Amino acid sequence: MKLARDTWLVFGRYFWIFIHNPAWVVIGVVQPLLYLLLFAPLLKQIQSAPGFPRGGAYNVFVPGLLVQLGLFGAAGVGFSLIAELRMGVIERLRVTPVSRVALLLGRALRDVFSILVQSLILILLALPFGLSVNAIGVVVVLLLIALIGLLTASVAYAVALWTRSENSYAPIVFTATLPILLLSGVLLPLSLAPQWLRNIAAANPLSYAVDAARAVFLAHLGDPSVVKGVAIMAVLCVISIFIGARAFGRAVA
Amino acid sequence: MAVGVGTAAIETHGLRRVFKTRKQVVEAVAGVDLTVQNAEIFGFLGPNGAGKTTTLRMLATLLPPSGGTATVAGFNLLTQPGRVREVIGYVSQAGGSDYEVVGRFELVFQGRLYGMSLAAAQKRAAELIEMLELEVCADRPVKTYSGGQKRRLDIGLGLVHNPQLLFLDEPTTGLDPQSRARVWDEVRRMHDRGTTVFLTTHYLDEADALCDRIAIIDYGKIVAEGTPEDLKRAVAGDVVTLSVAGSPQAAIEVLQAQPYVREASVEEGMVRLYVDRGEVAMPAILRQLDASGLQLLTIGLHRPSLDDVFLRKTGRSLREVAA
Repeated sequence: MKLARDTWLVFGRYFWIFIHNPAWVVIGVVQPLLYLLLFAPLLKQIQSAPGFPRGGAYNVFVPGLLVQLGLFGAAGVGFSLIAELRMGVIERLRVTPVSRVALLLGRALRDVFSILVQSLILILLALPFGLSVNAIGVVVVLLLIALIGLLTASVAYAVALWTRSENSYAPIVFTATLPILLLSGVLLPLSLAPQWLRNIAAANPLSYAVDAARAVFLAHLGDPSVVKGVAIMAVLCVISIFIGARAFGRAVA
Repeated sequence: MAVGVGTAAIETHGLRRVFKTRKQVVEAVAGVDLTVQNAEIFGFLGPNGAGKTTTLRMLATLLPPSGGTATVAGFNLLTQPGRVREVIGYVSQAGGSDYEVVGRFELVFQGRLYGMSLAAAQKRAAELIEMLELEVCADRPVKTYSGGQKRRLDIGLGLVHNPQLLFLDEPTTGLDPQSRARVWDEVRRMHDRGTTVFLTTHYLDEADALCDRIAIIDYGKIVAEGTPEDLKRAVAGDVVTLSVAGSPQAAIEVLQAQPYVREASVEEGMVRLYVDRGEVAMPAILRQLDASGLQLLTIGLHRPSLDDVFLRKTGRSLREVAA
């Protein structure tokens, strides 16, 4: 199938570029480690606060961290695309018969790949600190993170193709991601939040993803919020891939 | 997939492209009618901003036209862009290779995008590296390449799938004279193999030396089309430039009335005469000026250049516009 072949080729290209830049690989591993070492210890003190979910600080915190990794890990991917626009790479690829969906999907899946590797490292590193998960839970959470990453990367690439400049791309992406992140209960559970904040968060799709990830890590795999979170992310993912592929088809550089 | 002999490589009718910005609507290409024959080197000559690149990008399926129709390599540009992409190559002004990536990797990847197996793409990459003499740098990242090496790699990327038709956007801009000559050689070799080459340039000598036929474009419209020879002959046989002591206007008045002078003008203080046959006109001009009591300071004869064609068609000199 042409789409699968083209996606695999494009994935291969960006994977090759990625592993030939050791700095990115190192940053990818060090970042989750820093979160665990420098931020998680703070949680020890507040886990007894009223409203804080039961199940251990790390089982509450790590799911949020993973969602954040999915979002932030993919939000910045447009920068490399803008550099490629300038070098004429995108134009050169668009003039070949390669599938436009593959141009998006191949590179977005490469981004998802590194997010998943980072997520796995983070989960493994958190185990000795007291995180408790089972294998199925890890698989479900990784699926969720993959969807978040794919969704975010597709939107990020579309924004990069529309703006075509770092100076426009950066403010849009960073202005958008911060409130989305804060309103999702990533850092601290929204169960601690006042009602008005919870109401706003209910309109934020990412908060359902965080709820789902926490439900998995607090060992309620059958919790309806898990299916809900995965389903919402999956639907948004399909929409964003459609938008992103369209942007590749129409790109004017 | 092959296109029959005698079919035009490109045919456009009323091709238009409008860009809308917040404040204004710019018609970058204002109705272009073009026919490019198979296996010719066709040059698109014009100043920066004339609409060359926009036309090229439309024909290469990168930009949807605002109006008009076009057939490229026998396929309808508007309804069969996928078929067009299979048989054309396109090298943009920026090139198209990633600075961080190794040249050979780019060539292999490009071949794979056209459906080649890995082995076939590697074989083709090796062929192109040899043909374009990129052996010394093929396994290094593109950022280490000289300007000429990078341009040859970019051209190689456009040739991976042996396209019937190759678009080259300003292929020699910014290159040193040797690299430029190399690119010209490559274009001629493609031509010898039967590839149709459609290139844009704002260099007069390039259009003149390299192209079988050219079209001159200005403000989004084609103002002249033909072989460089025909275009120059149509302007005037030869150009005589001279200067006199005192006002050049006096010389113009005298010479304009002569039957062998087709047209006269003053440019930068020099009198410029378009004549049929320069070697016959020169002695007559000398006698005429003498008889009129005008003192001749300098006189020169040259064959008309494409700049003279441009000047005649647009009222401006391409050298000035490009500067």
